Parts: sequence; C-alpha cells; structure tokens
Amino acid sequence: MVDFSTWDIVRNLLLALRWTVLLSLLAFVGGGLVGLVLLVFRMAGRRWLSRLVAGYVELFQGTPLVMQLFLAYFGLSLFGLQLSPWVAAGLALTLYTSAFLTEIWRGCVNAVPKGQWEASSSLALNYIEQLRYIILPQACRVAIPPTVGFLVQVVKGTALASLIGFVELTKAGTMITNATFEPFLVYGWVALLYFLLCYPISLYARSLEGRFNARG
Amino acid sequence: MPAVDQTPIVEISQLRKSFGTNEVLKGIDIEVAPGEVIAIIGKSGSGKSTLLRCVNGLETFDLGTLRVQGLELKHQNTNAMRELRQRVGMIFQSFNLFPHLSVGRNIMLAPCLVKKESQKEAYLRAQGLLERVGLADKFDAYPDQLSGGQQQRVAIARALAMNPSVLLCDEVTSALDPELVGEVLKVVEDLAKEGMTLVMVTHEMSFARRVSDRVVFMHQGKVHESGQPEDIFGNPKTPELQQFLSSVVL
Repeated sequence: MVDFSTWDIVRNLLLALRWTVLLSLLAFVGGGLVGLVLLVFRMAGRRWLSRLVAGYVELFQGTPLVMQLFLAYFGLSLFGLQLSPWVAAGLALTLYTSAFLTEIWRGCVNAVPKGQWEASSSLALNYIEQLRYIILPQACRVAIPPTVGFLVQVVKGTALASLIGFVELTKAGTMITNATFEPFLVYGWVALLYFLLCYPISLYARSLEGRFNARG
Repeated sequence: MPAVDQTPIVEISQLRKSFGTNEVLKGIDIEVAPGEVIAIIGKSGSGKSTLLRCVNGLETFDLGTLRVQGLELKHQNTNAMRELRQRVGMIFQSFNLFPHLSVGRNIMLAPCLVKKESQKEAYLRAQGLLERVGLADKFDAYPDQLSGGQQQRVAIARALAMNPSVLLCDEVTSALDPELVGEVLKVVEDLAKEGMTLVMVTHEMSFARRVSDRVVFMHQGKVHESGQPEDIFGNPKTPELQQFLSSVVL
C-alpha cells in the first residue's frame, strides 16, 4: 500500500481547491449576469415577463440544488444532451445563483424611495437613464453586503457538484479517503479549507454592512 | 404695444381620474397664462395634489386633455413625454434630491443627459442657480449635509436648470421645520416676481394670498370656486370655501 503523508493529502486537496474556486467564480459571475438580465426583465413593466421571472425564481428557490445538478447532468442526457460534469455543474450553479441574486437585487431596487423615480421622471430622464444614474447606484449600496454574503452559499453549494463526479474539493476528499482510510484527517482538512475560503468572505460582507449602516 | 403671445402655458380641459371606483378628479378645466401664479387650495383628499401630478404625467388620467404650450400629454408616447417634461419643472414636498450625488451634480445631471449640455455649460449654470437660491458655497456638499430648507432650495435650482416654462410646487414647505419655511417661500416669491409661471398646491394661505394672481379652491374633485386672491380670501361665496377658510390659520 502506498503511504500518504499529510503533505500529500493537503497538496492534493489544494489542487482540487482550485476547481472549487473556479466553479464558484463561474457560478457567481455567470449567475450575476443572468440575474441582472432577469432583474431588468422583471422591472420592465410587462406583466407576463415579470411573472415568468417570478416563476423562474420560485422554481430554483423551491427545489434542492442537488436536484438541479442531477437534472442538468443525468436529466439532460436522457434527451441526448450529454454534458460533462464540468458544464453541468457550471450550468446548474449559474441558474441557481441567478435566481437568488435577482431576488436579492429586486429587494434592493424596491428599497430606493419612490420619490427618486418621480424626481428623475419629472426631470425628463428616460427609464434607462433613471436606472443607470439614479436607481441602481443607490440600490448597489444596499445590495453589496447581502450579495457578498450569498457568495459564501455559492462556495458551499459547489460541494454538491461532487455528486455528479466533478472533482472539486469534496470529491477529492472522498477519493483520497478511499485510498488512505483516514476520513477524519482528510475531511477535517476539507472542512478547514472550505472555512478558510468562506470566513474571509463573511468577514468582508460584515465589514461592508457596518460601513453602509454607518453612512445611512 | 406688440401682441403678447397669450397661448396658455397649461391647458387642462375636462380632466377626469379615478382610483378604482373612487373618482378623484371630476372634470377639471383650468388654463394657466404665461407668467401667471396660481395657488391651488383645498382640504386633503380634494384632488389638488393629484391634479398637479397629472400636469407632468406622474399620474395618468382617464378622460380629458392636458396641453403644455400646445403640446398634448400622451402617456404612451415616451418621446412626447420627454419633450413635455422638459417644459414642466416640479418641486416636491419631500425634496427628493439624489442622495448619492453632490448638490452640483444633482443640478447638472438632467441638463447634461436630456439637453446634452456640455459639462462646462451645465457647471456654470449650476453655479449661477445656486447663487440665485443663496447656496453658492454648497456646490460640493451632499444632500444629507444640508438642512431641509437648503435641500428644498437646491431642488428648486435643480428644476430651474432645465429651463422649464412652468414650475409645479407640491406643498413645498409642508415637510419643513417652521423656522425654515420662510427661506423657501422667499425663493418662490422671487421666482414669481421674475415672471415665472407657477402652479402651486399650498397650505400657506397668507403666502397664497400675497403671491398668487389667481386662487383655485378644489372641493371633492372639482374646481369649486376660483378667482382673485382678494375675492377668494376676502369674500368667499360658497359655504364650502367659507368653512374651509375658517378652518385654516390665515
């Protein structure tokens, strides 16, 4: 039997951590872009369009992320669309993230007082100008803390991608455990690495919250 | 004397509006001549604020027509609305300054975006307008650093920066502490003297009496009585107006 030193374990986990980080970033950036488009759709004032977006949000918030991953990976392959675990995980996490972010941001836009819309309307600004110069800058201030906070959820959510065979941190931990039979040591390191990734983000979110509250 | 252009600035005819089954405007006819100062008075719920907000399209109406300098208000037509709103300035009870922009930027934003003024032009105009409302040193301040009275004066400067043909004032002093009311009314009064066309909804009866050319008393969604301020305040004809005037402090 091959002997694994602790460094071997940690080194392999760190290599796998890259994929966790990359998948998180992809989900966050992709989800952010899709979420922004959905937000504009939802506020555009067409009832059927905003209902559609609301349905989309309900769907992704009302089902477990792991089911969404299974459907993207196994479900789509039933229809002849064979995605790699990489693409399936990226897709599912992007859609999941977009549903949550668009809802978070909608709340932030609604938090901008109605008078700001009225004042900018009466100055003859059009809808796009109102969003760009008046509403979104104010909504962003409110949105940054919960958005950064949600990033932690996304990072932890990527662990589920291990279930469709995507080799990220959790999957790598399982594989190493199967070889070393030291689950406590390996998963201990896995957990520690997740924590080292998420904790600074939480701290940052909290400091942003403090800063924005102090100004308000 | 050369013929003065007497096209009304604002022409409201047979305007009707309902919120659900509640009809709040029941056929309003008002014409506002250039340079005229009109005060709209009445109890809360009489429809006076709604009427004012119809003039620049913040509220939609169901029936009737509304023209600003001959330009008909059409809600569905965004280009027409943009054109019309450039001619109608509005000042709100709650100021509604943009809190994330400095005072100067608040004033410069719309001229730069809508009128495509250059930064320099807009900057100079903003400076001049701030001077006019007595806040020349506040260009770089942010709204939350100003008192209510100062904020409202900035809001007036911001509306004037668009060079409107008529200024709508919606209870502009109602949110102010009593000691700050005077400085705002002073600015409005100066505007009136300079010939600005003003339509104001106000609870400041003595101000309305002193400054306005015509007073419109609204009651239950209708223009109940209107006329010269001396007649309206000195010799009210209808019992509703008499009762209203006896209930407010003059």
